[in-house]
Amino acid sequence: MDLDRELALRLRIEALNADYIHCIDDDRLEEWHEFFVDDGIYRVTTRENTDLNLPVSLIYCEGRGMFHDRISALRTANIFEPHTYCHMVSALQIQSTESGVYRSKSNFSITRTMAEGGMMTFACGRYLDTIVEEGDVLRFRERNVILESRRIDTLLVIPI
Amino acid sequence: MDTLQTNHTSDFVWPYEDTSRVPYRVYTDEDLYALEQERIFQGPVWNFLCLDCEIPNSGDYKTTYAGDSPIIVIRDETGAVNAMVNRCAHKGSMICYKPRGNVSELSCVYHNWVYDLRGKLQSVAFKRGVGGKGGLTDEFDNGNHGLQTLRVEVFRGLVFGTFSDETQPVAEYLGEELVAAIDRVLIKPLKVLGYHSQIFPNNWKLYVENNKDSYHASLLHVFHNTFGVVRPTMGGGIKISDSGWHHLSYTERTDIKDDEIGKEKLRSKQDSYKLADTRMMEHKLELGDKVTNSIQTVFPTLVVQQILNCLAVRQLIPQGIDQSELIWTILGFEDDDEEMQALRIKANNLVGPAGFISMEDGAVGGWVQRAAKSDGKAMTVMPMGGRAIEPSQGSRVTEAAVRGFWKGWRECMGI
Repeated sequence: MDLDRELALRLRIEALNADYIHCIDDDRLEEWHEFFVDDGIYRVTTRENTDLNLPVSLIYCEGRGMFHDRISALRTANIFEPHTYCHMVSALQIQSTESGVYRSKSNFSITRTMAEGGMMTFACGRYLDTIVEEGDVLRFRERNVILESRRIDTLLVIPI
Repeated sequence: MDTLQTNHTSDFVWPYEDTSRVPYRVYTDEDLYALEQERIFQGPVWNFLCLDCEIPNSGDYKTTYAGDSPIIVIRDETGAVNAMVNRCAHKGSMICYKPRGNVSELSCVYHNWVYDLRGKLQSVAFKRGVGGKGGLTDEFDNGNHGLQTLRVEVFRGLVFGTFSDETQPVAEYLGEELVAAIDRVLIKPLKVLGYHSQIFPNNWKLYVENNKDSYHASLLHVFHNTFGVVRPTMGGGIKISDSGWHHLSYTERTDIKDDEIGKEKLRSKQDSYKLADTRMMEHKLELGDKVTNSIQTVFPTLVVQQILNCLAVRQLIPQGIDQSELIWTILGFEDDDEEMQALRIKANNLVGPAGFISMEDGAVGGWVQRAAKSDGKAMTVMPMGGRAIEPSQGSRVTEAAVRGFWKGWRECMGI
């Protein structure tokens, strides 16, 4: 891939990452599924499970219905203290670009702020992504969230 | 009280005639916390340590905690599982500082004191000194300086350890009915499918109570009703060990015909059903009965869980008066095929720190903790199902098992 095309792709994936985290941080969670292809996979697991090659994740969504159910449960059924995320995402590495399928990796960090004002680093880790072109839009075929720590403070309800 | 030889004391007196009321002070008092370490976790209880299948080979170890005590669980050359306090007999350094591994001996990196896989001291670095100077005097006897060991019992693949000589064998400790409940779930060799950990901003006992409190399930965890996981029309009940210390809460699908067991994957009842994708709720009846949910507690801090096809053990670790950590070990059977594993992975969305029907348990204890702090004398009120500690068939609207926990707590604490 020549430099112009590589830079263009890098910009597009960085924009995808930025759009994704703002969608979550701005609480537009009903749009979250639009970042994935229809049969996309979203998985949140830990470095420990990944290193031990263990298959169970904290969150596993496969297909648009499961993304929808995560958010509708958050809105209507699950009970939790109000809080917001501020994501930082960086260090994008494009690992392969064969036949319009891009594999990439980036780091993220999330500061969680509770309604009472308490703030903490809630999570940090890596996004391991498989991204595809759909028309002129990039979407995740797979987004694997690998948390550095296995410890989740209190609960995990807003997607990462 | 006479028989309890402990370093800590407390002026605390139980303020009520039975355990249907509990003063908030038990969640916030540092002295009681210290006393719990001695009289409960180092007392006549079985602490869950790990699973047999996590340390299959000689020299395999895992580190964990029993109360505040750091523990090494290790398999020796004979195949036996041993447990010892993870604290060098010399200067008290932790010997194993990795979560898991394999070793041929236990050696402390600080001064190279070396122990065998049973915790016996084998050698001391520079025992004879250097050039005839320094070293140990002849009165030093390796036999007096081993690691502090726990008595271990491996029960149905669960490794338990106790500090006390008085703790009964696990089967007697649990009682017949609760042994049967473990036998019902752990029917085949296990394998670990994953780990989660959840930090609770609350005293450990609030989470234990939450598990024993079947009254809250359909109220706090709205997902149950919204999406039809547990409905009032379901059968089930509560079993409590004769000691009161342990319990089982279960629900069953009375609408299933006998010949459906073990065959089809069942979908949740559709009457209140709003899920866009129901695969998470599919259930293959693999245990030979119609039970959909089974939550079993083993005093003080173990939960054995079956929710649909999601099997797990949950180990609670106290971390001071106002924090505790819950380690979820998600299980399958060794002979699971790919389809079964896929079912368990999807069902696991229900549980864990992000679980649709469990995440609230991470928050509610913290709300009690924050509210309890300002008034240690005020008491919780737990009259559901009367004041007795007795099982109930057909209804889970009872706090009997919570009262049973406090009976166990008082007996151990001598309070």
